Amino acid sequence: MDVLFLSRLQFALTACYHWLFVPLTLGLGVVMSVMETIYVVKGDEAWRRIARFWQKLFGINFAVGVATGIILEFEFGTNWSNYSWFVGDIFGAPLAIEGILAFFMEATFIAIMFFGWEKVSKRTHLAATWLTALGTMISAWWILVANAWMQHPVGMDFNTDTVRNEMMDFFAVAFQPAAVIKFTHSVASGWMTGAMFVVAVSAWFLWKKRNEEMAKKSILVASIVGLVGTLLCMFAGDKHGVDIAKHQPMKLAAAEGLMQGSNEAPFSIVPGIEVPHMLSFLATHDWNGYVWGVEDLKQVGEEQIAEGKVALEAFRTYREHRDTNDSIAQQALATFQQHKAYFGYGYLDSTEELVPNVPLCYWCFRLMIGCGCLVALCFVLALFFGYKGWLPRYRWFLLLCMLCLPAVYVAGQCGWIFTEVGRQPWAIQGLLPVKAALSSVSAGSVLTTVILFATLFTALLIAEVRIMLKAIQQHKDEDLVVSD
Amino acid sequence: MTYLFLQQYWWLLVSLLGALFVMLTFVQGANALIFTLGKTETERQLIVNSTGRKWELTFTTLVTFGGAFFASFPLFYSTSFGGAYWVWMLILLSFVLQAVAYEFQSKPGNLFGTNVYRVFLLINGIVGPLLVGIAVSTFFHGAEFVVTKDVMGVGGTISQWASPWGGLEAVANPWNVLLGITVALLSVLLGLLYILRNIADETLAARARKFLWVVAPLFVVLFLLYVGHLLMANGWAVAEDGGISIEEYKYLHNLLQMPVVAALFLIGVIGVLAGIVVALFAQRTWGFWLAAPGAVLTVMALLLLAGWNGTCYYPSLADTASSLHIGNSCSGEFTLRTMFYVSLIIPFVVAYIAWAWHTMDKKAITKEELTQTEDKY
Repeated sequence: MDVLFLSRLQFALTACYHWLFVPLTLGLGVVMSVMETIYVVKGDEAWRRIARFWQKLFGINFAVGVATGIILEFEFGTNWSNYSWFVGDIFGAPLAIEGILAFFMEATFIAIMFFGWEKVSKRTHLAATWLTALGTMISAWWILVANAWMQHPVGMDFNTDTVRNEMMDFFAVAFQPAAVIKFTHSVASGWMTGAMFVVAVSAWFLWKKRNEEMAKKSILVASIVGLVGTLLCMFAGDKHGVDIAKHQPMKLAAAEGLMQGSNEAPFSIVPGIEVPHMLSFLATHDWNGYVWGVEDLKQVGEEQIAEGKVALEAFRTYREHRDTNDSIAQQALATFQQHKAYFGYGYLDSTEELVPNVPLCYWCFRLMIGCGCLVALCFVLALFFGYKGWLPRYRWFLLLCMLCLPAVYVAGQCGWIFTEVGRQPWAIQGLLPVKAALSSVSAGSVLTTVILFATLFTALLIAEVRIMLKAIQQHKDEDLVVSD
Repeated sequence: MTYLFLQQYWWLLVSLLGALFVMLTFVQGANALIFTLGKTETERQLIVNSTGRKWELTFTTLVTFGGAFFASFPLFYSTSFGGAYWVWMLILLSFVLQAVAYEFQSKPGNLFGTNVYRVFLLINGIVGPLLVGIAVSTFFHGAEFVVTKDVMGVGGTISQWASPWGGLEAVANPWNVLLGITVALLSVLLGLLYILRNIADETLAARARKFLWVVAPLFVVLFLLYVGHLLMANGWAVAEDGGISIEEYKYLHNLLQMPVVAALFLIGVIGVLAGIVVALFAQRTWGFWLAAPGAVLTVMALLLLAGWNGTCYYPSLADTASSLHIGNSCSGEFTLRTMFYVSLIIPFVVAYIAWAWHTMDKKAITKEELTQTEDKY
């Protein structure tokens, strides 16, 4: 196993683990804040107990999300040093802003939320709860700005003297449409996760005929939050598709396993079942819009790689002669400027490298959509049955709710695997392939940390799930009445 | 605002964040004593719940320090993290263990049992500050790396580490180890002062003072030894034209040429000493509030000595010309200026943290409080 593979494995491992905990934090944050708001508005102690129960589960999950997140941030330096220098001028900024704006907000107000019930007023406590939830979303904003920028780099220029990209337009980086879409899609999927978690746990209570009042109330709030999340997620997902078709056509081609481009591209539901013209419509919002295929993009790639080699060669000549022979240096610089758009392609050796893992993208994309639709259906039914008061009657539905919990996690994981695998070979789309982004660390060192993290995170995941299950099993809503 | 001003401003901010982080490792310092200072289960619970309301601030400051360093001096991020791989990975691992330890330790079904999670806190309490101290010492004593920007165009790596030990070779220099131990002692010292302030329990307080009698003198001696050595040591100076050379008594010169930094340093040291005196001789609980700001000023002044006044803050032992100073490792002028405006929000952040701290800590934690509340670890 080479360093490239291991470094990618380590990043994928930490990112996937991180995304097991983060969406629940995002979604549960909103649900518990809404519940506490109902308590403050209505003054009904039952809602206070409900909010506190979900806050307790929020806390169990939150710590692991934080623990996995710190590794991700520092990994850009430890495993991707070339990356850190090549785009650190742009990429570092959102990470710093995330810390200043979001992390302190979460860290400060979560302590008030957990330990402040007796120390601050009702309204101050409510504000602290909302600020904790808001902090998680601001954090998501800035890290997704950073991720969107890797997928669609804007607002920068390459500086041949410092040998890196430098920021030219902060607002283009911080508020580009790709970032807005990514934020909405990811955070809304988090709301779906948190809401599904509440619905599933409540369904279990109803199944066991425990804490039934609490469960019914929780399902109502959660299914509304879940439905809002679903609508936002679908809306942003649609925009995302169009955006990818424009800026990352290879990713879209991989998602569909589309080998030859077409004006009437069908959408494949599973291999063998296709909806004619549907992909053209989804990708371009035009039934006859052109969608690129893998083979066409490889053909274009040949030229891009050739141009990239010219740019890279000119860059080398410039660096070599800039102190000794001005005329050669200036000539090289001019050539470089002409071809620099394809600089990143110069690192590639063959067009084969341009193609990501097609089956993985294809299946992850389908699993994401399939599981997402199942979860959406569950929210609709939960709201309807909950509103009608029919929940305890339909035991098959309670079972479905519990089954949808793994489904929502599968959807989230598959979404990220698709989007990150689908952009390969690029660390930064078109600018820097992963193989040129590495640190000079040894394969042995990375293998060791991969094993360490895999073991540690797995142990922590098992511990978290067990603690969650115990906390849910032992919960008796009435018990809390006494301690209040 | 000139480019130079922005570079210095960002070095100041990074230094301040680093100093705040070192001060906030009182959480680690107190946890390092969890089994020795806390004899009974209740006492250990008191310690855990006392530091447990602050650990996220320490953790967040570390993360923000990393983010701010990345945004303002990306070449350091790229060189040090990728090169001193094992030092940073071990620091991070210890903080991962700590992050879950609070929430999980007393919950049913936690897989390993309460004591294992407390051992996690203990490991982080010792390893965290020790390795951070060693890493900071390399700012003065250098590290083994070579930076070549040109290789970016030929598929090489911008920085190569010249030692196979991935940063751990720093322990071969006893001065680095000395600073590591000194920082660990400082965090224990601050941890003890914090416990005196934050927990109202006479047995624990008496024991904390007894510990303080050992830790404080030891810390002061090692600290003075390190500072004395530093003021005698050579440093790596940057000339106007960017040339890097070794200068005798560089840090002494820096101290004399920057009287404001010298003043900050002195005030800081006096603050820490006064905090110790107040706690030991006057038997007061507010020693923490003298020593903590004192520690911030002292550490900040030391980091300013490392990076301001034409000094290489990350000297290269393998290739002098590769040494990092604020001018050759920073982000572009546009980024630094943009981030300058972002940084103006920091006083607001500090204000709400101060408010929250004050609101939550008005009354010290007692055994009674812990038995009566559900809101605890």
